[in-house]
Amino acid sequence: MKLVFDRPKSMKDTVMHYCPGCSHGVVTRIVAEAIDILDIREKTVCVAPVGCAVFLYEYLNLDVTESPHGRPPAVATGIKRARPDLFVFTYQGDGDIAAIGLAEILSAANRGENFSVVYVNNTVYGMTGGQMAPTTMLGQRTTTTPYGKGAMDGRPLRMAEWIASLDGPSYVARMAVNTPANVKKARKTVIEAFRMQLEGRGMSFVEILAACPVGWGLSPIEALARVEKELIPYYPLGVLKSVDSHKAG
Amino acid sequence: MSGAEAMAEAAIRAGCRFYFGYPITPQSELAEYLARELPKRGGVFLQAESEIAAINMVFGASVTGARAMTSSSSPGISLKQEAISYMAGCELPGVIVNVCRGGPGLGNIAPSEADYFQAVKGGGHGDYRNIVLAPSSVQEAADLSYLAFDISEKYRNPVMILCSAVIAQMVEPVEFMSPRRPEEVEKPWALTGAKGREPRVIKSLRLSEQELEEHNRHLQEKYATVKAKEVRYETRYLEDAELVIVAFGTSARIVSTAVETAREKGYKVGLLRPITLFPFPTHVIRKLAERVKKFMVFELSAGQMVEDVEIAAAGKAAVNFYGRMGGSVPSPEEDFEKIVDCYRG
Repeated sequence: MKLVFDRPKSMKDTVMHYCPGCSHGVVTRIVAEAIDILDIREKTVCVAPVGCAVFLYEYLNLDVTESPHGRPPAVATGIKRARPDLFVFTYQGDGDIAAIGLAEILSAANRGENFSVVYVNNTVYGMTGGQMAPTTMLGQRTTTTPYGKGAMDGRPLRMAEWIASLDGPSYVARMAVNTPANVKKARKTVIEAFRMQLEGRGMSFVEILAACPVGWGLSPIEALARVEKELIPYYPLGVLKSVDSHKAG
Repeated sequence: MSGAEAMAEAAIRAGCRFYFGYPITPQSELAEYLARELPKRGGVFLQAESEIAAINMVFGASVTGARAMTSSSSPGISLKQEAISYMAGCELPGVIVNVCRGGPGLGNIAPSEADYFQAVKGGGHGDYRNIVLAPSSVQEAADLSYLAFDISEKYRNPVMILCSAVIAQMVEPVEFMSPRRPEEVEKPWALTGAKGREPRVIKSLRLSEQELEEHNRHLQEKYATVKAKEVRYETRYLEDAELVIVAFGTSARIVSTAVETAREKGYKVGLLRPITLFPFPTHVIRKLAERVKKFMVFELSAGQMVEDVEIAAAGKAAVNFYGRMGGSVPSPEEDFEKIVDCYRG
């Protein structure tokens, strides 16, 4: 019998701590599949964030380092500058990248540092219990916006557009993992982003819209529907920038 | 050559090829020297977007096993504390130079040694220690910069070089150690891609209390080894001293002239100059306290190291103090007067 579905080599055989319906597990698997497909597991170093993905080293079967909150792009810069031959990527959440770590991501992107960024945007601080994030939608209730987020709490930040406005990055895209079709597209995009780094093109950045049922107070199904109805219209999907123009779109 | 440049050149000779920094007076000459030299000598100089980013880049380079360095001055060093705590927790080596300036706050750019507590007692969060080296000449700044990388790697712990602007800006002749290639040292913890081996993880997160306490015990054992093996100090005229002056760095440089004057005039005064501030020469002071009448501590601060001298003297000898603050530096004559007052008093 032909084996058609198995655990990627880049993933460990372990139970994840993610909540039911959380998209992190899907994104982690996409990343692991991309690393397997490109056959780069043995030269990869992952920079894990502070946030829901803090235990990434428990799930990925490759070298992983921790980083202070928001600083993965600086840590990845240090790794890649010291060892340009390694494949380096950061895996960051919206609090990590769009609040406390804004200076680090924008500066690393502007320098065109040759590493990849997988940015998981679920519009909430999940690990700390569902507080407001810089990407929280206006009107969204969180534990720190109990009456709904107001404009002066900060308009939801579109990170991919911001990063794409810089000359440094080679590839910027936003994807979602709310449907099987979107998961497939996201996987293709992550592979493309990783390939950019392998070709030495400069920073590649993929934002992935993710569901956080527990943080949103929704069932897993309702949370996926919210991604479609509320998030995608505000955070449009697609490849925003690619130095290989024929591959864009 | 200036102390700042000497520390930079010694770092390159010690095999450091990665420098990440952010401009701040009075240490920018160190960064500028490396901006000129590192690209020519196979290294990377990167001016980061902040002191925070710079130390995290050191963290990253260190993750791969490379020798890396950053430098700053007091307010910038405050910004680096989070990552220094992470490095101590993750057991990553790295060299941090603090050319200390007058504080608190923005303070001024004049010579100060008021970051002693921050450097020696930890600085960031959690139970950890930096190994702290305090040069008092340009030659020693070079020697300690060279040594810092070895010690840092040996103990997998951040090493801080603490000096005032006097040491960094002063120009003196220097003899450098010969260059070497430390990359041949095997680092079984470094992240290099899991080729033909199990994946490695660098982390400080340990959620279970038992596991984190065990990790802390391991760190404390390491610091105990550092205390037992790495104490460095210089002494002068201790044999018959009735009054022992204790001072480090710039304070020691100035007060040593006053000690010479005192000896010429027949005062039985000795000098103990800690070169390592952590580990501190506690045992030397403890032994001296059995036979000398008094200690006098000179610092460019309101009195910080004096607390460690008091702990070491354990009430067996009087501990006096004279310090200048806010970037003011005493003259040797001023120090001499204070020595005589203390001696007679």
